[in-house]
Amino acid sequence: MALFQVSGLKSFAELREQILPARQTHLFDRTNHYNFGTKTQEFAVPLGVDPSGFLGTCSRDGGVSIDLNHGTTTLAFKFRHGVIVAVDSRASAGRYLASNDVNKVIEINPYLLGTMSGSAADCQYWERLLAKECRLYRLRSNHRISVAAASKLLCNMMLGYRGMGLSMGSMICGWDKEGPGLYYVDDRGTRLSGRMFSTGCGSSYAYGVVDSGYREDMAVEEAYELGRRGIAHATHRDAYSGGAVNSEYTLVYIHQPTTPVPRCLRHFSLVQTGVSTIGRVAGTFQD
Amino acid sequence: MLSSNAFVDPGKMKDYHYTGPVEHRFSPYSFNGGTVLAVAGEDFAIVASDTRLSEGYSIHSRDSPKCYKLTDTTVIGCSGFHGDCLTLTKIIDARLKMYKHSNNKTMTSGAIAAMLSTILYGRRFFPYYVYNIIGGLDEHGKGAVYSFDPVGSYQRDTYKAGGSASAMLQPLLDNQIGFKNMEGVQHVPLTQDKAVQLVKDVFISAAERDVYTGDALRVCIITKEGISEQTVPLRKD
Repeated sequence: MALFQVSGLKSFAELREQILPARQTHLFDRTNHYNFGTKTQEFAVPLGVDPSGFLGTCSRDGGVSIDLNHGTTTLAFKFRHGVIVAVDSRASAGRYLASNDVNKVIEINPYLLGTMSGSAADCQYWERLLAKECRLYRLRSNHRISVAAASKLLCNMMLGYRGMGLSMGSMICGWDKEGPGLYYVDDRGTRLSGRMFSTGCGSSYAYGVVDSGYREDMAVEEAYELGRRGIAHATHRDAYSGGAVNSEYTLVYIHQPTTPVPRCLRHFSLVQTGVSTIGRVAGTFQD
Repeated sequence: MLSSNAFVDPGKMKDYHYTGPVEHRFSPYSFNGGTVLAVAGEDFAIVASDTRLSEGYSIHSRDSPKCYKLTDTTVIGCSGFHGDCLTLTKIIDARLKMYKHSNNKTMTSGAIAAMLSTILYGRRFFPYYVYNIIGGLDEHGKGAVYSFDPVGSYQRDTYKAGGSASAMLQPLLDNQIGFKNMEGVQHVPLTQDKAVQLVKDVFISAAERDVYTGDALRVCIITKEGISEQTVPLRKD
């Protein structure tokens, strides 16, 4: 059964459904949790109510307050020697800080990374699903998926649920046959290729800083420093991004797949008083 | 929703004055209170919860613990809406059995956490109103804690508090277990006895200041020998 699914062969019943139009999609008010290997994930939807506004209306009565985790400032830019990705590590649920050490760089596979901003659950779930699709692509066609194709898959997943209240702003970064790749994908189905993107509430601050220091032929260390400064300035000024003191952030450098795992400078800790940096705890290099 | 005044204090007694027409509708959710806490040590994990079940101004039960044993090495704490907690634990138990029958092995804590994330996300548009925390031992025998939001976003932590008093407990744990905002302190790893005592003290404090937490505390300690439970009385008022 597993091999049948992985190979992508369609059973007769499915082919028939494609020729004769299928019945209307069912809306479920209860998902069926007991089917292993369902090809399409079922989602339960509150019947008769607009899903995007539903949670808001429930949060008024009887002390009910359903707050979902949200992620905040991320940035990524391409330069001659690769792609730099820098993210903060704060997750807020309403006004409460749910966590100060969230990992917002999601490894889709050793050559592709996705960042998290917007709703944490949406990013984690859809990027995990993207990882599954990329793996299936690799097995079926015997070559690695390109960054453009991976971002297209994610964009189409978002378009399928457009208007239902998903919130995701993600950058798909990697290195493929065309060289370094960087795409921005969001919950409305926007998909843009570019040299530099920043997402989240602190993005305006990050854009200002990185735009002023960016050069296409930077050295790798300069690029690290630029990414670090972008996040540092955004978190300094934005309340919803990892605070000015005790904040950790993650910096990732994606380079040629001769060493397939991106070298990660994890968790530089920034200690500041006023606006000048007084110290920096050295991060550990991970391979 | 014609009057914004109606949303200032949800669920509390409103001042007796006319604020304008307000729409009332059936809410599928209700808040039943309760606090859950989990701590991971070197070779143990602790999951603790209070046992009060409340709704609005009433207490439905003083003996309704929120820790549920999943496997010999994993316990889950669920707080929020009790109806969804019961259904969710039933679904998790069924899926654990299915996994055991298909794969002839028990699910590990990490696998349970990943599965719970997809179960919760299947209800992204009509969430289970449950704040989950899983505590247990990972495949290497080290303590592991996984904390979730209501739609399935999760991460592994060393300690986490969830539920009604979580905003009061989490800073205290950050200070005592994470040694945050303390100077000149040695970072001593947490022993099991110290952790249990800390959990008890922390809940006693929570019961002082949170109306939805109290009555009794159930502590589940997970070690490679198994799961042992203790019950400690808390304030009943």
